[in-house]
Amino acid sequence: MSTARRTGSTRTADLILLGLTVAFAILWMIPVVWVVTMSLKPNDELMRSTAGFIPYPFTIDNYVSLLKLATVPRWLMHSFVVAISMTALVLIVSSMAGYAFARLQFPFKRTLFLIVLAGLMVPEQAVFIPLFTMFADWGMHNTHAALVAPRLAVPIGVFLMTQFFRAVPRELEEAAELDHASHFTIFWRIMLPLSVPALTTLGLFTFIFAWNDFLWPLVSATKADMFTVTVGLASIQSNFAFSEGLGSVMASAVFASLPIVILFLIFQRFIVAGVAMGAGK
Amino acid sequence: MSGGGASGGSPGRRAPGVAFLFLAPFLVIYAIFLVYPLFKGFWISLHDWELAGGYREYIGFLNYEDLWTDKLFWRTVRNTLYFVALTVPTMTLLALLLALAVHGTGRLRSILRSVFFMSSVFSVTVVTLVWSMVLSADQGLLVPLWHAIGIKPVNFLAHPTLAMPSIALATLWWGVGLPMALFLAALGQIPQELYEAAELDHASRWTVLRRITLPSIRHTLLLVVVLQIIGQFQIFGQAMLMTQGGPANKTKTMVQYIYDTGFRDWQVGYASAIAMALFLLMLGFSMLQLWLGRKGDEA
Repeated sequence: MSTARRTGSTRTADLILLGLTVAFAILWMIPVVWVVTMSLKPNDELMRSTAGFIPYPFTIDNYVSLLKLATVPRWLMHSFVVAISMTALVLIVSSMAGYAFARLQFPFKRTLFLIVLAGLMVPEQAVFIPLFTMFADWGMHNTHAALVAPRLAVPIGVFLMTQFFRAVPRELEEAAELDHASHFTIFWRIMLPLSVPALTTLGLFTFIFAWNDFLWPLVSATKADMFTVTVGLASIQSNFAFSEGLGSVMASAVFASLPIVILFLIFQRFIVAGVAMGAGK
Repeated sequence: MSGGGASGGSPGRRAPGVAFLFLAPFLVIYAIFLVYPLFKGFWISLHDWELAGGYREYIGFLNYEDLWTDKLFWRTVRNTLYFVALTVPTMTLLALLLALAVHGTGRLRSILRSVFFMSSVFSVTVVTLVWSMVLSADQGLLVPLWHAIGIKPVNFLAHPTLAMPSIALATLWWGVGLPMALFLAALGQIPQELYEAAELDHASRWTVLRRITLPSIRHTLLLVVVLQIIGQFQIFGQAMLMTQGGPANKTKTMVQYIYDTGFRDWQVGYASAIAMALFLLMLGFSMLQLWLGRKGDEA
């Protein structure tokens, strides 16, 4: 067979492609490595030069002074409260609605589902001004509730959970039905435990989305002590004279990204799996 | 979308009361925080409505008429379209190339996937901080390079023609992860037999890519393009934080104009009219894409 030589050349081509990809990946990471390096250098050294990828002279003063500052830990706390409660509520609300759409019979089901799907087409910019006036009328700006509540109306979670529940084999519930289990029992005891992977993915995306949310917190949480870390960092960026505390600014960026990067590294396999689930027909 | 599962319930499941109990939390939230605001947004756009002081007067479609002759509005439309044109094709192509390169088994490929995805977990503020530094004319990453080849460092973000492409570059770095993951998911679903058959036919790599891989993932390609159009039309944070819309409004986007009009000048009526225009523009473009995609399917 003449395929032997072919596979040989294919393998070489594969290796070259992989090598190029690795080189590109290194290039991709350089900005991040550089920022982390700067965060570990003294500020006056950075005034002289920002070049180089080795943190020498080395210092962790930027991080220490960051923690001494009252603001940044406080912003982090807000981000955690908002992201965790948003994630929990999105999971509850979406899985309940998803179960109803996937498994229960009720009038106007198709119409309702289409109305929910249509919400996917509405960008936040089309609703954030009316939302702002609503929360202003209720006197609720600069609260955690204001940062969380509008974000629960996101249809993508309902869509994902409906898709997931539809794919669950019916036999599992039929056995429970013979035992006259209620819908709530079936949902709680059978469907939810089965959907842990789907819930993990949805939860992960919601958490990242909440952590990085920008436009709505920018207009709703306007008091500096109610900033989330994402908005707080924006205020540092526009206020700081970059030449002064460059190391500190970089440290605050690294610090703010740490929770989300750790979360990503732990749960990354759920991300691609989840994208596959959402994209599946 | 999942086909026709709606009618497949077993007889024991006809329980509208229970169903609405399950649906109620989402539907109530959805009605209050999405459906109602959408209509209220349109309502506000029919007013001369000031945020501070509570002045509001019904003026019909006057805001839209003003919009029509507002030079700055059209400039932000052009800037936004330019940004979409810069990012959507490059993002889609890069995501596809990366997905093809890192698709498959093995530890190295899995690490590469993580590397290219990881930049998407950063917030817009971190991304712009990183790239403002990288592109800075006096402290930037490229400064030693400029010195080495002996030319004056370029101030990318203050440069009238380079500012927008710079923002697009940062956006590309930030956003390529999700479309790449979508392509990876699609590549994973192509039946292996197709490739085995091609191998028996001694098909070249290029032929395999053109005849098997690309046709198999064309629905995902359409999905990525539509999602990218929707996403990139909403460009705000990057431009606001990297250039503040400058130089000379060259990078001022529609959302930035909405934000400035509504929350700096307090004119929420006019800002809402711009928001509606943006919504319609986005809707139009994604419909057009879907229509073109469907036509491509029939052909």
